[in-house]
Amino acid sequence: MPSGMKSLMRGIAMPLLLLIVWESVCRAGLVSPIMLPSPSAIVIKWLEWLRSGELLVDVLGSLGRVTGGFLLGAGLALPLGLFMGSSPRTYEYFNPIIQVLRPIPPIAWIPMSILWFGLGNPPAIFLISLGAFFPVLMNTISGVQNVDSIYLRAARNLGAGRSAMFRRVILPAATPYILTGIRIGIGTAFIVVIVSEMIAVNNGLGYRILEAREFMWSDKIIAGMVTIGLLGLAIDQMMNALNTYLLRWHRGLDS
Amino acid sequence: MEYISINNLSKTFEGSERSVAALQNINLSLSQGEFVCLLGPSGCGKSTLLNAIAGFIQPTSGDIIVNGQPVVGPGPDRGVVFQEYAIFPWMTVARNIAFGLEIKGTGDAEIRERVDALLDTLGLREFRDRFPKDLSGGMRQRVAIARLLAIDSPVMLMDEPFGALDALTRRTLQDELLRIWRKSGKTILFVTHSIEESLYLSNRIVVMTYRPGTIKRNQIVTMAHPRDPAGAEFNDLKRELGQLVMEEQERHTRDEMKGE
Repeated sequence: MPSGMKSLMRGIAMPLLLLIVWESVCRAGLVSPIMLPSPSAIVIKWLEWLRSGELLVDVLGSLGRVTGGFLLGAGLALPLGLFMGSSPRTYEYFNPIIQVLRPIPPIAWIPMSILWFGLGNPPAIFLISLGAFFPVLMNTISGVQNVDSIYLRAARNLGAGRSAMFRRVILPAATPYILTGIRIGIGTAFIVVIVSEMIAVNNGLGYRILEAREFMWSDKIIAGMVTIGLLGLAIDQMMNALNTYLLRWHRGLDS
Repeated sequence: MEYISINNLSKTFEGSERSVAALQNINLSLSQGEFVCLLGPSGCGKSTLLNAIAGFIQPTSGDIIVNGQPVVGPGPDRGVVFQEYAIFPWMTVARNIAFGLEIKGTGDAEIRERVDALLDTLGLREFRDRFPKDLSGGMRQRVAIARLLAIDSPVMLMDEPFGALDALTRRTLQDELLRIWRKSGKTILFVTHSIEESLYLSNRIVVMTYRPGTIKRNQIVTMAHPRDPAGAEFNDLKRELGQLVMEEQERHTRDEMKGE
């Protein structure tokens, strides 16, 4: 058997075993279906959810908020990070505020964001953008600060002005850091979207699992959790592909 | 005619505890088309001098005139080949070579033509679309040289460019550099701590002293190219310069023993 096949089998073995044990425990009536519904019940509920069309609305709702909030947060963080990283003076102006605001978890902003933006999408987008903002900002700053000065000297020597220096030297040189920031930022955005849907809106995966709790629909809660997990995995895989493509010049990606 | 003229140049680096006189009262001039080596042990200020001509370092006193213009900062008229392969890792070989031309706003067709010609000149044709991570040290330095030839800077400042290469690659690149120099008539200032390298390459060898950096010897080398490193004249000069360099190296070692 080829080794790729072998490792695939090993990877499947544990989850499969877990599912079998779980299903048997449920079928034997050892736990109540409300405390722990069986895998088959969850799959049936998931298919029902899918067929009703509601799942698609929820997934698109959550993804839309993640996308909007992330683009807003990262879109502000990237230019600010480039400025702060390259200009010590800008850094001195902004760094103290950022150091104070950064440790506040986006969750702690929930009450104020509802006061400011009311209910619905605006507070959710605000919270998600906050979650994405800081990781992208911090990583962009260190990316720019860590650009090897030899490249800056070489570019100046070849006649590069300020704008060419930014676009063609500093930005690409900082890309490995920036992508790390984006990856962490998307992860945070994904956590925050679920939380913000539990409080401010009436669709999305976060809203749906909280709604299911009201009715004690454990099967739907777990179906929702699994959907969140798979969606997160898909986003991470996409980021991975983007990373590999954008950093194909980078040494660290070899082997 | 003097192309580069360095007048009473001094550079002191101010540290928190003590200051280091890297260069003291340097007077040196280079004619157009000359190939001059700066030779000396580490710490003799040869790289400082090169960086001052490149415009990366502001001298403490004195001035540098290149082609009638005082040096105030770095510029494409004085191309630098750095010891640490400073080609951009995120650009392919061809894009690296094209960089200076793109900055200048040269037209696409002309850039392609120049880049193609340079890829051929330096034997890089097959590596055109590769990234630097796939290249050996020797190949990377070829790209760095091609990048300067692309912008056609009349002066090439080379800071131990072949220092990290193995002996055979080094010899090949030395020969290539001589060929390019003869063909292009560029003025080259080449920093090295290898006596043999300086003798193999240059018209003139400037031996520098260890701290403060001053000029110890201005040695004209008249041997015809290609030079034979096993020849009598080569070795007589090598022995003589070796003695001068070793005196400075010993001062360097004594300083190091003192923990400085």
